[in-house]
Amino acid sequence: MTSGRNRWLAGYSLLVYAFIFAPIVVLILFSFNDSKHVFVWKGFTTEWYGELLANDRLLGALEVTLQLALVSVIISVVVGSLLGLALARIPYRGRGATETLILLTMVTPEIVLGLSLLIFFLALLDANGSFGQLVVAHVTFCIGFVAVTVRARAAGMDRQLEEAARDLGANAAGAFWHVTLPIIAPGIAAGAMLAFALSFDDYVVTTFNAGVGNTTLPLFIYGRIKFGVTPEINAISTIIVAVTAIAILIAWRAGAFRGERTTG
Amino acid sequence: MSDPGGRSALGGRVTTAALVAPGAGWLVLFFIVPLGIIFLVSLGERDALDRVVFDNPSLDNYRRAFDPKFLPTFANSLRYAAITTVLSLVIGYPIAYWISRYGGRYKLLLLVLVMLPFWTSYLIRVYSWQIILRDQGVLNSILQAIGITSEPLILLNTDFSVILGMVYGFLPFAILPLYVSIDRLDPALIAAARDLYATAGGAFRHVILPLTMPGIIAAGLLTFIPAIGDFVTPELLGGAETTTIARVVQEIFLEGRDWPYGAALGFLLMVVTLGGTLVALRTLRREVVGGG
Repeated sequence: MTSGRNRWLAGYSLLVYAFIFAPIVVLILFSFNDSKHVFVWKGFTTEWYGELLANDRLLGALEVTLQLALVSVIISVVVGSLLGLALARIPYRGRGATETLILLTMVTPEIVLGLSLLIFFLALLDANGSFGQLVVAHVTFCIGFVAVTVRARAAGMDRQLEEAARDLGANAAGAFWHVTLPIIAPGIAAGAMLAFALSFDDYVVTTFNAGVGNTTLPLFIYGRIKFGVTPEINAISTIIVAVTAIAILIAWRAGAFRGERTTG
Repeated sequence: MSDPGGRSALGGRVTTAALVAPGAGWLVLFFIVPLGIIFLVSLGERDALDRVVFDNPSLDNYRRAFDPKFLPTFANSLRYAAITTVLSLVIGYPIAYWISRYGGRYKLLLLVLVMLPFWTSYLIRVYSWQIILRDQGVLNSILQAIGITSEPLILLNTDFSVILGMVYGFLPFAILPLYVSIDRLDPALIAAARDLYATAGGAFRHVILPLTMPGIIAAGLLTFIPAIGDFVTPELLGGAETTTIARVVQEIFLEGRDWPYGAALGFLLMVVTLGGTLVALRTLRREVVGGG
């Protein structure tokens, strides 16, 4: 690869990053905008951050969202990774059916998933909108994404590495733990990231399945956008971005992202 | 391909069951069964109290779904989803390639940066495009300040703003699987192709593209599916006339209370999406197998 092409690609990638971050930057700027009227810049203020901390409904929604995302990610990563691994590695009977099942969950529009679970819980359990119902709903749309991501990673793995471990005296569990798992770990991490983003962001499925007291952040924000945004919404988004950026920075300094084989 | 239960770390009937059963069981119980239930509901009708009754199970709700009013809505959704998918793949592939090949020790960090906007609410990112695209918004202010335009361009509530919003929203879904498949590509294969006098374009077409096709398929699916079912972007960035299927279903279901009709539309939407996906998958698979 010539360095010339590398430069073009790098420049292009920079543009895409600019596109990805432009709305975030605007959001952050406008969270400091000294105007209730959120579309025109009037001057600098930190007023909205103060109001944010006083808004119990918003903070409550954030708490529900985080709890929901955490529980959903844990369940879907465990269950989805096992499934992805089996699909990549074991030619069991019924694999085609499992693949179709996963494909179905990913193809089905959120709106259908949401309304079918709503009717399911109402009809069979007479339940309407408990936290457990939301967990079930979120895990259901996350499993497939985790399985596919883990499967892609596991399918590309060199199986001779495992055989080498066995030749060197490792048992099946040892070879899995010390060889297979570290190799597919980036796939699991990517799957977990995807699941978290899906759960944290979900509006459509949640709106069908959330009962009173289970207002998530997206439901809260949607209401605000429909019936007049306040800059507090910009402020909480800014805080979420900041917290995420700091967490990523800490993880990076700790070396969490450096396990990759180097190429080139 | 196999030696189940042999020297591989995985295999054996018990291991297989332990790996497959939790996920498959979950999806059957909480996905297949509910789908079966909405199919049943779609065969019923509502009584005066909005309850679902099954006195005369029929396909009437499906017949109503082919109301000429509903068809342009459907075409509109398909068009948005198709354009969004193509744009996301075209925009996402080079950057996924760049991260994988030239990211070095910053690879995962660069990938995480792609995902970073995801940690803010999708709703809020869509809304922030409102701030940017309005008549007196950020973009128009900039364009007028540097003298490119004198009048504000109408950007919001157009096809442009809806597609922009969708590409923006679903691009990371395309980049992640593209990255995963490009990253497991052995660079030696590309080097070998070049050694055998392939041009850069030839190496891309005959080596890189076929080998990363699973990632492209996954990326296309992960973009197309949320795009066709998207409710939020057309609702917030499109005009009142920008109808999509999801908007119609949501309205019927949550406001109209005609659950059997809503269930029928939803079921139909799923069947059509699934059918389109299967056709796309088969075409791509044939290309992968026969294209070498």
